[in-house]
Amino acid sequence: MTRLALVHAALLALLAGTVALSSLPLGLISAVGSFVIAAIKAALVMWFFMELRRGRALNRLVLAVAVLTLGLLLLAGSDYLTRAWTAAGWESPATADRPTS
Amino acid sequence: MSAVPAPQFVSRGQQHDAVRLGMWVFLGTELLLFAPLVAGWAFGRWAMAEAFGIGSRHTDLVLGTVNTAMLLTSSLCMALAVEHRRAGGIAASGRMLIATALLGIAFLAIKSWEWRHDWNEGWFPGHGFAFHEAPQHLRGGVEYFFICYFAGTGLHAIHLLIGLALVLGARWRRQHAASVPIWRLECVGLYWHFIDVIWIFLFPALYLVERGG
Repeated sequence: MTRLALVHAALLALLAGTVALSSLPLGLISAVGSFVIAAIKAALVMWFFMELRRGRALNRLVLAVAVLTLGLLLLAGSDYLTRAWTAAGWESPATADRPTS
Repeated sequence: MSAVPAPQFVSRGQQHDAVRLGMWVFLGTELLLFAPLVAGWAFGRWAMAEAFGIGSRHTDLVLGTVNTAMLLTSSLCMALAVEHRRAGGIAASGRMLIATALLGIAFLAIKSWEWRHDWNEGWFPGHGFAFHEAPQHLRGGVEYFFICYFAGTGLHAIHLLIGLALVLGARWRRQHAASVPIWRLECVGLYWHFIDVIWIFLFPALYLVERGG
């Protein structure tokens, strides 16, 4: 139970860290950093609270497959980034916020 | 789980493993339920970065941070409930379940307060959407941000409500049956922690985008 309390303390420290980091004008570091910290927090929750550390390896494999599948779906979504924008019927071209690149 | 395993299992241990595995597979499919939201958010964050920054700076960082801390703490209580139950401390386990539920309810109360504020400001996407703080050409992007915001927090809140029902159900059963089977409490715990993990990613995605400008 001490271990669980320590994990909780680490989670709160990471939360404080991510809020502090986001308030700094660091641009990309801040954007990527907040998700790196989120991934660390999620890993702590899953490893200790969800007991991946002592369960069967098969459970960890299921998690890996789910995350990999999510990644594949996101790759498919990148299709949108390679196309020109056409305003939909309900939006006037002026209000559409187009990619600048 | 009773002393005798179900007929398709060799032992109780094997049945317990199967229950855990089944729960993890279910949570894997739950993760994919959130996948379109993740993809939609990532597209907006990339293609409408400036508007997303404006939208994000209008979320309430203090309330969001307090809510994150409460949800993380509720996860600790849930994990302790399972630990106490394993050690035979049924009463202590029940108290931890109550604490978990109370933190979950407090989270929803604060979230509802936030939604009410967002709604009154006219930030709910749709016909009545109003956002005068952003220049005209960025308003479409800000509205898209709020679609992600309401869809993400809304889907999360639905899961939290289901989680609350499960946690309170586990607590309620304790008074009526001799005890909740440990595997059932574990599954409730896994679901609760999953809700926590989803929020851990929603928080930076919605509240922390380009705060520092």
